[in-house]
Amino acid sequence: MKPTDFTDPDYFHKVVDCQWACPAHTPVPEYIRLIAEKRYTDAYMINWHSNVFPGILGRTCDRPCEPACRRSRVEEQPVAICRLKRVAADYKSDIRHLLPEVPKKKNGKHIALVGGGPASLTVARDLLPLGYQITLFEKDQKSGGAMRTQIPRFRLPHAVLDEELNYILNMGVDHRFNEEITSMQALLDENFDAVFVGTGAPLGKGLNLPGQEKCKDNIHIGIEWLANIAFEHVSSIGKNVIVLGGGNTAMDCCRTAKRLGGENVTVTVRSGFDEMKASPWEIEDAQAEDIPVLNFHVPRGYIHENGKLVAMEFEKVRREYDADGKRLLIPTGEDPMILPCDDVLCAIGQENSFPWIERNIGIKFDQWNLPVLDDVTFQSTHEKVFFGGDAALGPDNIITAVAHGHEAALSIDLLCQNQDLNQRPAPGTTLDSQKMGIHQWSYSNDISNELRNQVPHAEKAKTLNDINIEVELGFNEQLAYEETMRCLNCDVQTVFTDNLCIECDACADICPTDCITFTGNAEEKILRTNLMAPAGNTDQDLYVSGELSTGRIMAKNEDLCLHCGLCAERCPTNAWDMRKYLFNTAKAGSLCQK
Amino acid sequence: MTYIRKPKFRHPQLKTNDLGFTHRDYEGALTTLCAGCGHDSISAAIIQAATEMSLPPHRVAKLSGIGCSSKIPAYFLSKSHGFNSVHGRMPSVATGANLANKELAYLGVSGDGDSASIGLGQFCHIVRRRINMLYIVANNGTYGLTKGQLSATSDIGSRTKSGEESLYNNIDLAALAIEMGASFVARSFSGDKSQLVPLIQAGLSHKGFAFIDVISPCVTFNNTDLSTHGYKNTWENYEALSSIDYVPMREEITTSYSTGEDKEITLHDGSVIHLHKTSKNYEPNDKENALHHINEYKKQGKIATGLLYINQDISDLHELLDTVDKPFNSLATQDLCPGAETLKTINDTFR
Repeated sequence: MKPTDFTDPDYFHKVVDCQWACPAHTPVPEYIRLIAEKRYTDAYMINWHSNVFPGILGRTCDRPCEPACRRSRVEEQPVAICRLKRVAADYKSDIRHLLPEVPKKKNGKHIALVGGGPASLTVARDLLPLGYQITLFEKDQKSGGAMRTQIPRFRLPHAVLDEELNYILNMGVDHRFNEEITSMQALLDENFDAVFVGTGAPLGKGLNLPGQEKCKDNIHIGIEWLANIAFEHVSSIGKNVIVLGGGNTAMDCCRTAKRLGGENVTVTVRSGFDEMKASPWEIEDAQAEDIPVLNFHVPRGYIHENGKLVAMEFEKVRREYDADGKRLLIPTGEDPMILPCDDVLCAIGQENSFPWIERNIGIKFDQWNLPVLDDVTFQSTHEKVFFGGDAALGPDNIITAVAHGHEAALSIDLLCQNQDLNQRPAPGTTLDSQKMGIHQWSYSNDISNELRNQVPHAEKAKTLNDINIEVELGFNEQLAYEETMRCLNCDVQTVFTDNLCIECDACADICPTDCITFTGNAEEKILRTNLMAPAGNTDQDLYVSGELSTGRIMAKNEDLCLHCGLCAERCPTNAWDMRKYLFNTAKAGSLCQK
Repeated sequence: MTYIRKPKFRHPQLKTNDLGFTHRDYEGALTTLCAGCGHDSISAAIIQAATEMSLPPHRVAKLSGIGCSSKIPAYFLSKSHGFNSVHGRMPSVATGANLANKELAYLGVSGDGDSASIGLGQFCHIVRRRINMLYIVANNGTYGLTKGQLSATSDIGSRTKSGEESLYNNIDLAALAIEMGASFVARSFSGDKSQLVPLIQAGLSHKGFAFIDVISPCVTFNNTDLSTHGYKNTWENYEALSSIDYVPMREEITTSYSTGEDKEITLHDGSVIHLHKTSKNYEPNDKENALHHINEYKKQGKIATGLLYINQDISDLHELLDTVDKPFNSLATQDLCPGAETLKTINDTFR
């Protein structure tokens, strides 16, 4: 193998698994250390710059960082990254003076944002400090998009939501609430310098089955029903409720129904329990509220009496796989199952919808009715029109929408400065030694062996009766500190300088996870099997040095490195050093501007 | 010195041995030696050797004297028996322990000060007495614990970090062990585990007195370019007379090495070493030949390493004295007291 080139910004970034997995590339270990030091405000601001909505995401994020967490490769469970983010938001002091200054003198460029969700607001946040004028159109009476309409209050209190939305709105967004855009052509005619579309995936799917027409008043589209509750148009539901679907919306629907008068709330899914799309923790929370999930139940019809919904009919199926390994659901032949109900909530998916964009104005759509976009710049086939969030690539999550927003804002900035959109500025990176003394580092390398801490919940008897009571209480400071000590500090990199090495083996001997081997060079495939312990996870790189004086090389398996720094502590010549790698994605304004 | 505990997390696919243990189960406390000390690599080699041999930790006795070298039994096999004795007196304690219980595996660790200076007399006598044990000397040619004075194994002309030159001939412990009647003598280097680990395994399997002189550089006081015991000089000048592979008794022997330059030696416990000669005229069963090679290499400024001498036909102390098989602590009254009748017969012989 060739010696590793760590001047490639991706090399060490990839080692920081959580940050690499985060769509917005939040520097996770950096803010976790700040939380350990009780520097909550600083931890919050690191988050705010990366992911814009730390308090919201600390409660609702899909947490792609957690399955990626290195800790889960050496122990049972990852660090509770998401809930630590919430700690930063809960314990911070007033941050308003730390927000970027918005210049009074504008740069003369005017941008329209369609939809007031996380993607649009991220664009506003990135462009306002650069002097752009921003006009935001939102069809609802308040901003927030799906964060407001689809996430119930017991998971995300509106006070938390409004606080973080207002940080941006108060930067000087010209917001037009209750103003639905019905024609893109008309909007373009207003001569905006760019238009950003962040309208989400607003169309919930219904389930058209026999009997539906006769009782449609009691069959609801999940996300519409949740929105009606968010805006307080709906405040009750029948005693027996069936929720169709196994995704996160279904979990929000069933838990909401339980709080609005649903006594018997049942979730049904066509496939197996283990195939449910909802995040495991959301399923756990629903189950903790005594909501049963019936799997392998395929809905077949709505049963009504005197124009009123009384039950649903289900066919029971079992799972089989055909010769190609494709999953099939085969009817078991048992009698149909009749499940009594007063209301049905359909949470079986949502779609994009752009009836307001004329198809003859240069914005192309693909076969799925999604806009044709450049996957780096988020520019559509119309030079001035950009898409982001669910509107761009179909339903995903908040943090992805934020990431899109950052990229689109950068593109819009480049467009308005007459620069090439594909010449993206490089990320900002630093690599600094953490050495403080012979065996002292400026990070805590004495990591905790403890298991993951559970977030305390409010009393069930109370929360099930009031939709306004937040279920999760968040970590207190002590639990938060204990949890931070589980972080392995994967951003503190092991950096090897081959010409200092005297090949004493001290690093290889001390390494708790047998990551380091001195051996003859070979191709990667062979080298991976020649190490002290196998390096089978090819998603993780081998760090390979140049040739040492005995002709051997040092090969380190990045996969299981604990970043404990013992290799560097035991190295007599400083050939190993622990250096903190900070990686910040390039955002709008990263280029020097006149 | 490292102050943190070594994290307990380990590689999830770490090999387990016949007892279900990984090498992490054979570790001891975290080392307090200087960073880069060769002695730590010897600890690691012992851990690796014991793991691969599936040694039950509670059937091992670790013994040492005084010095940096003698601290290392604390850093491996924490579940084994241990005795940290008086300076240079580890051989007496090892002899006593070995006589009291021949069932344990005995591993002595000493240094050049402990064995070649204050304990030289004891060293000679334990070799003479053929105690069944593995005796390792972590040899760095300096008194590291007292800040780097020349030791008795320093080669003539070698210099300490402060520039002091060694004026006297060195004591070559490997040559001395051969002279004194050791039946297994080897030399190795802490930096080369591919050589050291099989030697430790063979030494532990060998019945009789096994000795390994391990060049183990002192990074702090004896690692300059002018030192013959530093990493640089050793990497450049150590040459193996032979390389060996160790095959534990339980594993099937698939290849035969009995021709030409290669030799297959079956040890008393049934394990086998495959010995590949890299020096043409070298004969591992010939005392004079081994001593000749040590001296010839030395003249050229080289260090002869590998298995230098082995003789499996020499009986150990237990065989010589026809000692009781059971450990003393399991001998009951009926074993120790011959009874009135027998006593009377004995007494009658004196009448």
